[in-house]
Amino acid sequence: MQADASGPVESARDADADRARRAIAAVWRIESARIVATLTRFTGDVGQAEDLAQEAMLEALRQWPVEGVPNSPGAWLTAVAKRRAIDGWRRRERLDERYAAMAHDLEQQGGEASGDFFDPDTIDDDVLRLVFVACHPVLSREAQIALTLRIVGGLSSEEIARAFLVPVATVQQRIVRAKKTLAAAKVPFAVPEPQDYAERLGSVLSVIYLVFNEGYLPAAGTEWVRPDVSAEALRLARMVANLMPREPEAWSLVALMEFQASRFAARVARDGTPIPLDEQDRSRWDRAQIERGRIALARADRLGRGRASYGLQAAIAECHAVAPTAAETDWARIVVLYEALGRLAPSPVVELNRAVAVAMSTGPASALRVVDDLERSGRLAGYPGLPAVRGELLARLGRTLEARGELETAARLTGNERERAALLAKAASLRGPAG
Amino acid sequence: MKYMLIMRANDQGIEAYQDMDFNEIIAAMGRYNESLIKAGVLLAGEGLTDAKEGFVVDFDSTPPVVTDGPYAEAKELFNGFWIIQVSSKEEAAEWAKRCPLGPGARLEVRRVTELEDFPQDNEWIQKEAQWRADAEAVQSARSAE
Repeated sequence: MQADASGPVESARDADADRARRAIAAVWRIESARIVATLTRFTGDVGQAEDLAQEAMLEALRQWPVEGVPNSPGAWLTAVAKRRAIDGWRRRERLDERYAAMAHDLEQQGGEASGDFFDPDTIDDDVLRLVFVACHPVLSREAQIALTLRIVGGLSSEEIARAFLVPVATVQQRIVRAKKTLAAAKVPFAVPEPQDYAERLGSVLSVIYLVFNEGYLPAAGTEWVRPDVSAEALRLARMVANLMPREPEAWSLVALMEFQASRFAARVARDGTPIPLDEQDRSRWDRAQIERGRIALARADRLGRGRASYGLQAAIAECHAVAPTAAETDWARIVVLYEALGRLAPSPVVELNRAVAVAMSTGPASALRVVDDLERSGRLAGYPGLPAVRGELLARLGRTLEARGELETAARLTGNERERAALLAKAASLRGPAG
Repeated sequence: MKYMLIMRANDQGIEAYQDMDFNEIIAAMGRYNESLIKAGVLLAGEGLTDAKEGFVVDFDSTPPVVTDGPYAEAKELFNGFWIIQVSSKEEAAEWAKRCPLGPGARLEVRRVTELEDFPQDNEWIQKEAQWRADAEAVQSARSAE
């Protein structure tokens, strides 16, 4: 019985501590954005606010196992963090007037459930500011992602590390550095000015979509899909869309991700091999999720500002989502949508996708012309998707030998082991007359 | 992972409910639902009307017997549900605790089955998947008209 070195009292304490730790993690996930946003408004500094929130969490870890989880855990954490802020300022030798006034204000509202924590409008505005600050252009993309997941999404450094397959220390370092960068650049706790708004919004949505794709199309690693990572991104996207309900692109991003995530169960065979869209068992697509995607896209459309990049991508994803089979998909419409997308934001990847749609609507020969143009342009050099699509088209045209070569090239270029195996299997399966 | 929050109330809870200001109940539930939506975790949810409008199909006998409510044997009535998507059991518990309910009410919290919970080679699992696909195909054909 006593194989464990710790006695029954210690194990009970460990169990309590573990329960408390998990309860605190759950509260952090739900409340982090509101706690950090509230604290930032008082301290004026996201980094300091996050530090204070962390200290409050450590305090909770000590108190909650003994005294139980408070009724309003978010308000408790905020109150503890505010007290810490006051104590910190008090300890300063040269307490300047600004801090003295702030400390006084904070003390006046000191109680457990200080009013502003629960004022929904102020909180929403502050959380929105926090989202924009976390995705501020002074930060590198990696830093934006880490900080957003940490303070807006409420993930632990361990969870972020697991999502991005990097060491925990790397994530911690990114967050520490991000907080320093924001402070050094004196980034205001504010939503962007109108002239910067579109670009800054784009940055927020990009961060979320990158997180989603880390689960949907992992660039590296042994897993083809990691739905938990994408689920986090979807949660963030829904949250952000609700914070800016008049932004069609925010709703469109929700729609796009709902459509893509609806295919998770069908994208991988039981042995872990990826299954391409046209071969997926569509009965395994999540219909309720597709419906949520359609609702989000309709919401974007109702705003009456037309479709921008995510709107067009979501519309394409919707075409797939509602098609009973690959052959019955409205490929002509998809070609048109890709053309619109290409005009809006010219991109060789969009052009490659258009080629795939062209192959389905008018045949592989015309699609191959699009792909050959792309290849000659050199704009996709080193991108595994180009030889993968070219190989596929050549195979359909019966040019087997060339097809095999392209698929093998694609296999060499991809960083995902599952994808590599699938490409090599496809290449090996090609037989028949040498093209 | 997804959890279903199943709302149940006994006689005491239902009586207490009737004494309360209806607008207040609606406002409290509205705020709760809004918090779930804003957090990006709410997937679905519905409330149920009075049990008097429902009935019971009892399979103790063959053929099954249909009985009108109210149900003498039920200690707690099922009044509504939410489906939320969260990352842990603890997070589901944390959301459930925030529901504006009072004495006589309780929430049963159950994890929703995901595809991985079933043996995928089972013939009936495959058939059910096909039914869902067919139903959707019909629906999308209709909406395309």
